[in-house]
Amino acid sequence: MSQSVDNIKPSYPLFLEDEYQDMLASKRDNFEEKHPQAKIDEVFQWTTTEEYQELNFQREALTVNPAKACQPLGSVLCALGFEKTLPYVHGSQGCVAYFRTYFNRHFKEPVSCVSDSMTEDAAVFGGQKNMFDGLENAKALYKPEMIAVSTTCMAEVIGDDLNAFIGNAKKEGHIEQDYPTPFAHTPSFVGSHTTGWDNMFEGIARYFTLNFMEDKEVGKSGKLNLVPGFETYLGNFRVMKRMMADMGVDATLLSDPSEVLDTPADGQFRMYEGGTTLDEIKDAPNALNTIMLQPWQLVKTEKFVKNTWKHEVPKLKIPMGLEYTDDFLMKVSEITGKPVGAALELERGRLVDMMTDSHTWLHGKKFALYGDADFVMGLTKFLMELGAEPIHILCNHANKRWKKEMEKILSESPYGADSTVHIGKDLWHMRSLCFTNKPDFLIGNSYGKEISRDTLYKGKEFEVPLIRLGFPIFDRHHLHRQTTLGYEGAMQMLTTIVNAVLDRLDDETRGMQTTDFNYDLVR
Amino acid sequence: MSVMSREETDALINEVLEVYPAKAKKDRAKHLATNDQSVEQSKKCITSNKKSLPGVMTIRGCAYAGSKGVVWGPIKDMIHISHGPVGCGQYSRNGRRNYYIGTTGINAFVTMNFTSDFQEKDIVFGGDKKLAKLLEEVETLFPLNKGVSIQSECPIGLIGDDIEAVAKKATKDTGKTVVPVRCEGFRGVSQSLGHHIANDAVRDWALDKRDDDNSFETTPYDVAIIGDYNIGGDAWSSRILLEEMGLRVVAQWSGDGTIAEMELTPKVKLNLVHCYRSMNYISRHMEEKYGIPWVEYNFFGPTKTDESLRKIASHFDESIQKKAEEVIAKYKLEYQAVIDKFRPRLEGKRVMLYVGGLRPRHVIGAYEDLGMEVVGTGYEFAHNDDYDRTIKEMGNATLLYDDVTGYEFEEFVKKVKPDLIGSGIKEKFIFQKMGIPFRQMHSWDYSGPYHGYDGFAIFARDMDMTLNNPCWKKLQAPWKADAAEDSAVAASA
Repeated sequence: MSQSVDNIKPSYPLFLEDEYQDMLASKRDNFEEKHPQAKIDEVFQWTTTEEYQELNFQREALTVNPAKACQPLGSVLCALGFEKTLPYVHGSQGCVAYFRTYFNRHFKEPVSCVSDSMTEDAAVFGGQKNMFDGLENAKALYKPEMIAVSTTCMAEVIGDDLNAFIGNAKKEGHIEQDYPTPFAHTPSFVGSHTTGWDNMFEGIARYFTLNFMEDKEVGKSGKLNLVPGFETYLGNFRVMKRMMADMGVDATLLSDPSEVLDTPADGQFRMYEGGTTLDEIKDAPNALNTIMLQPWQLVKTEKFVKNTWKHEVPKLKIPMGLEYTDDFLMKVSEITGKPVGAALELERGRLVDMMTDSHTWLHGKKFALYGDADFVMGLTKFLMELGAEPIHILCNHANKRWKKEMEKILSESPYGADSTVHIGKDLWHMRSLCFTNKPDFLIGNSYGKEISRDTLYKGKEFEVPLIRLGFPIFDRHHLHRQTTLGYEGAMQMLTTIVNAVLDRLDDETRGMQTTDFNYDLVR
Repeated sequence: MSVMSREETDALINEVLEVYPAKAKKDRAKHLATNDQSVEQSKKCITSNKKSLPGVMTIRGCAYAGSKGVVWGPIKDMIHISHGPVGCGQYSRNGRRNYYIGTTGINAFVTMNFTSDFQEKDIVFGGDKKLAKLLEEVETLFPLNKGVSIQSECPIGLIGDDIEAVAKKATKDTGKTVVPVRCEGFRGVSQSLGHHIANDAVRDWALDKRDDDNSFETTPYDVAIIGDYNIGGDAWSSRILLEEMGLRVVAQWSGDGTIAEMELTPKVKLNLVHCYRSMNYISRHMEEKYGIPWVEYNFFGPTKTDESLRKIASHFDESIQKKAEEVIAKYKLEYQAVIDKFRPRLEGKRVMLYVGGLRPRHVIGAYEDLGMEVVGTGYEFAHNDDYDRTIKEMGNATLLYDDVTGYEFEEFVKKVKPDLIGSGIKEKFIFQKMGIPFRQMHSWDYSGPYHGYDGFAIFARDMDMTLNNPCWKKLQAPWKADAAEDSAVAASA
């Protein structure tokens, strides 16, 4: 009997009780046919060696613990950022259950999205009937003002044609002819979740502007367009709006899910809230210019904006850290003719002040980091601005051009001298790197916690603690509300990183009579 | 809100159906019912296991989820390959809380994501060569694996790959079990077919490996736990009771399970089936081929646990039956204290459920032990044999909803106004914003175990903390409350 009503124990610590421990040992010894512990330990140690790393990096077919997801996840996020828009994924229904769950776990928010539930018969005959019924049902039940359609790999493999299917659905009266239904093909076997965002955005931009360019004129509206790309930090949408307001710039975020993914608990469920309006996307070509906030992840969008909207699309990096934010704001100023202004100058000064305060704890510290292409690029730059050394830099979905650009950025700083950039590699590769050339910290999404645990298993002195920045973050609450862009984002990231360093120092120095030194009150 | 009459429940169903286009309305009407305990066969009142309608926001998943996510994934010493594009393996990675003991990455692999990460060229030229190469790499880098399962994602079945041939060749090369599973997501109407396909793959590729090997010493008291995925440790808080009553648990299917346990199962005397939906197939097969009887049990809440222990014991001799009574008597002290503490705090509260597998009926007793009433329930992927087993558990005139849509569930909740909802994460935040206390009943909301007597204590604690947390009373801003009262006063004047 293990539970006492005044101290009810969940799995931890319940299963540490003797009777459960005895039971688990008996299961292990009598039925599991477990390898001898010595053998397991031997293999574990081997997996931490250079020799293993070499074999690990020779992998051609197997991916283990990838740091990426598939296209339609991105298309759903993009669609959520438009006003009263229902994301609709044409193909198997399980995918949509997964996308919703994945976002639910990260944002702790409802995520509305429908599937048209294609099954075997649709695999044979195509999914046009599903599209007919799906559009009609979704519109009747959820009353969106726009349905944004993307695809799963099933629909892509059998070659379903969204343009024709949606056109036919309208022709046959399942939805009205003029009902907004932008679409994008988003095959899961090409690119990643960031590609899917790019494709969906391009599809929406194409739908609302391609054939309506006659009365458009660059600069007519005097506005500035900002395209966020696959962005999951709510603070990043807000900081952009705030910085533009500080400068008196009339800017439009093209896809803004920061309201629908942050609705209040006040007794009412809001399926739709906020978002970029259809008028705003229709008017977007009239803006002065369009800035890609994550340019490496918005290749197709950039091409469309240049070719169709005739916008220059300035060459910029993700506005992360000090210098890239400076560049961004100066470019905004140049485009709009509005000065950066006192408020942002003050904020910049405050960031630099924080950097001077904290540099002593960050200088020379070694970091491994992974995530999406633009995030990794921005964070690498910021770490070097702090005097920290990003030694292992990994991006699963990035291409060779990105790697070259990264190497150029690293070569421009002494803190990048010992860095290596890995593309097409996964977190099992990263695990090897953390053993063979130990960084002080690992920065990335929640999946890094297994690497952190593995390094600790080898011994406390080998442990690489995880600092959670990126997507998804499932095992900590509310971090998605933070900001990583602009001076404000740099302040928050700096705070997170420096305090992780100090937490670790406390952890290592709190032994009574063993490490009584450096366990300081004042730092 | 007081208990609804049959007429009121019928009217509610009709009202909710109003919004549907005609064709969809006709279909959905068959999936919604007012419970009537006098109905003997559920097919007379409700339709299930049919295709979900396009565009209605079904909560269901797919066959891959049923096979990789449910049946195969928890087998800890095998490597389960998500074969196809990168997404499926990523979304299903380490979300289900199938606890296990092992050195992850060395001799246990449950929380990891192994995938062939299909690219366009794999679709065009086929993925068999890549798969063969991948299996070699698995052997090199993870030598202590005890076998591999290949979990097919949608494209595999569409591009005509022969994963069976690749699997056979790999087995020949390594001597280890390699199981091809045809659980492409477009097959069937829900997770359910994935369970069936996974069960069949166990039968065809793994189960009979030791038919001719009698080296395992059996006892008259050997049993297997079938259909417990050890979510939050459920199988462990069940196993401890079975062992205490004198049975020997040879295998756990599949939470914290191993391939060895699976292969030894044909030697047990009785299969104990918890999740009937996902593992009745293999139980029936073992009954047919090996003559092993199986018995369904329910370890949620003390009433059902007592009943189940007695039912299981009845398959054995008096010594076991006597020990079962001793176990029940011993734990009564524990669970009576739990009931005494929590029942007064929960008495009369009304619950709506929408889950999968066995839970929409199995947890009803646990709520009733706490004085609560389940006033609506439904399954994501049930068949009619599940509803047959549900009708008697639910009160008359309560709501039954099969493959409920997002719209229906929200509308039902608005009208029925339950005190608590037990469902999944896709539903959780919708209802929390509406101010309705909510517990995830797939993942136990990151708590658990809920099985057995130890689990019941946690269940009771959790329902109490969520129902009685002060946060639910704070949804309305105080100045709004005044305004609402003012207008109410004005209206009544």
